[in-house]
Amino acid sequence: MSNQYLDMDMLRFTTAGSVDDGKSTLIGRLLYDSKAIFEDQLDAVQRSSVQRGDEHINLALLTDGLRAEREQGITIDVAYRYFATPKRKFIIADTPGHTQYTRNMVTGASTANLAIILVDARKGVIEQTCRHSFIANLLNIRHLVVCVNKMDLVDYDESVFNGIVTDFKQFASRLDNVVDVTFIPVSALNGDNIVDKSENMSWYKGVSLLYHLETVYIGGDHNHVDARFPVQWVVRPHSNEWHDYRGYAGRVASGVFKPGDEIVVLPSGFRSRIKGIHSMNGEIKEAFNPLSVSITLDDEIDISRGDMIVKPNNAPEPRQDVEAMICWFSDKRTLRAGGKFYLRHTTREARAVVREVRYKVDINTLHKVENDPEFRLNDIGRISLRVSAPLVADSYNRNRTTGSFILIDEQTNETVAAGMIV
Amino acid sequence: MSHSYSISHLGQLESEAIFILRETAAQFERPVLLFSGGKDSIVMAHLARKAFWPAKLPFPLMHVDTGHNFEETIAYRDQFVKDYAAQLIVASVQEAIDNGRVVEEKGYNASRNALQTVALLDALEAGNYDAALGGGRRDEEKARAKERFFSHRDEFGQWDPKNQRPELWNIFNGRKQHGEHFRVFPLSNWTEMDIWQYIKAEKIDLPSLYFSHEREVVKRDGAYLAVTNFIQLRPEEKVEHQRIRFRTIGDATCTGCTFSVAATLDDIIEEVAAARQTERGTRADDKRSETAMEDRKKTGYF
Repeated sequence: MSNQYLDMDMLRFTTAGSVDDGKSTLIGRLLYDSKAIFEDQLDAVQRSSVQRGDEHINLALLTDGLRAEREQGITIDVAYRYFATPKRKFIIADTPGHTQYTRNMVTGASTANLAIILVDARKGVIEQTCRHSFIANLLNIRHLVVCVNKMDLVDYDESVFNGIVTDFKQFASRLDNVVDVTFIPVSALNGDNIVDKSENMSWYKGVSLLYHLETVYIGGDHNHVDARFPVQWVVRPHSNEWHDYRGYAGRVASGVFKPGDEIVVLPSGFRSRIKGIHSMNGEIKEAFNPLSVSITLDDEIDISRGDMIVKPNNAPEPRQDVEAMICWFSDKRTLRAGGKFYLRHTTREARAVVREVRYKVDINTLHKVENDPEFRLNDIGRISLRVSAPLVADSYNRNRTTGSFILIDEQTNETVAAGMIV
Repeated sequence: MSHSYSISHLGQLESEAIFILRETAAQFERPVLLFSGGKDSIVMAHLARKAFWPAKLPFPLMHVDTGHNFEETIAYRDQFVKDYAAQLIVASVQEAIDNGRVVEEKGYNASRNALQTVALLDALEAGNYDAALGGGRRDEEKARAKERFFSHRDEFGQWDPKNQRPELWNIFNGRKQHGEHFRVFPLSNWTEMDIWQYIKAEKIDLPSLYFSHEREVVKRDGAYLAVTNFIQLRPEEKVEHQRIRFRTIGDATCTGCTFSVAATLDDIIEEVAAARQTERGTRADDKRSETAMEDRKKTGYF
């Protein structure tokens, strides 16, 4: 079994839902049924459940670890959970569904390949369902799973499920980044269709949630076309053995690099050829996302952190004027035209000034709002920026790594916005 | 064509950890790597070597020494430092006690675990270190599940779990005010199983404590503790001779052991796969209350 484990693949997914639609219970159920929960954790939850007077073992207590969460019965922040089956290792970004926590959802979605959207079978598709789906789409998550939960409370009725599927599809036609949507009727509380197919819903011909998570194909999500290597660190050993070694260390953002490849360094425009791709375990023939490697070049040229190594036939145009969608995270200050920030993009930091607020999006109706020039906590919309140094960027929908940035408050150093280049 | 361009989950975790280690070296002026001699910090130090190879580590190692060590841990630490030509800083809890910075707990359950926080914060301040790399993993404990890769600490070294910086994509914000510092956790996304599999795949040498051996132990509060000079036996407690191993290694007074005949990495991997208790289930320091870890983290524990 150990060798099987070594070959495992990895899937990162995020879960979004409204208050009380059973998200923590669903995750608790996945962890519990896949045996990722240990006896001592279960004992602790059992003790707390009894103390709180809960009827069942409250699986939500497995994920709500902070004191305030336990006291108030809510989830405060993005929590990361782990479980594995023989096929895959899973990383769950569990994000709270309260309206004031859109920023957590954006954060959780930024590293996910797949999003689970929870819908309460009794309530159907509501504003929050649309909001969560909009955010998943905005963050370029290609795979959605709509879990229609609490099917036990609607007598496992097929027509309830079908109605929700129809409603969601109608709305989802506007989500242009989403490649596939899968609908699964579940009861997280009872475990119906979570790990095993439920006997209560023989009309459902699809697979269980866990089976879907284990088998959904995500290989096509990677960009192996546009070669992008942001330089993180320059390795100079200064030792006799490695006297002239000068390695550019970083993580391949996309595309494929091989020794002998012609490259160009941006924004300087210097050209050279890859001499070798190195790791402590030996030379590498092909480097692709998400490998961390060191690259040496044929020529001694001036390269430092923040530069990007790309290929001459496929090089992005460095730009100082940037159009972007942003999500605003701060409850202490707002964003307006003229606002100045630090901007961090791949391994480069620069300063940026907001030229114009183009529009905001009402994420409940998905309508553009054009007469409100100020971003407040959780606002999403489009702005234009002028950056102090040229960014070597792609559009976010083409490249999640070279198309994303954050804005940092110059006084408090807090991360105040997530940005996606248009 | 995309078919061939995929790497295993261990490869992905390795690449992510190396990325974080390089970001730490690049974003901070004086980082330090917390090295306890436990398996997680050994894996982290190994990854740090890979991140900067063929150059040496661009930061020193720091050992927060409670004085209650297993001999094997110290021997391993010193050999490791020698092999990697690394610089070692020892933050001593004994010194903090001697200087009157902290008062030692008394009684049968006395532990220096909580005192480590003071020794660590003093050592970080004395050396002007602005980032401390730790081997903490989010799967270890529920308060750690909400920890960031780059975890901001205020000028008192405190963690504010309700006011953490959001972490998006792979962009890490290490900006700080004077006097503040960061804890950085490159192994955040690893599980206990990942650690063992990686140790096996990379053939990383470990202290013998992790493998099955005979030892004198005593049962206390449901866990078995090694009998050492540092623990005081209650009159009714009986010393037993057992075949055991450690799943985690910390201060000798609060690290429990498990009965085990697992003598090789493959045995251990089988054992971890079948285990029904978390590895911290044997840690007396976490059992003090439901939110013991969160409370310690808030004051600056790692």
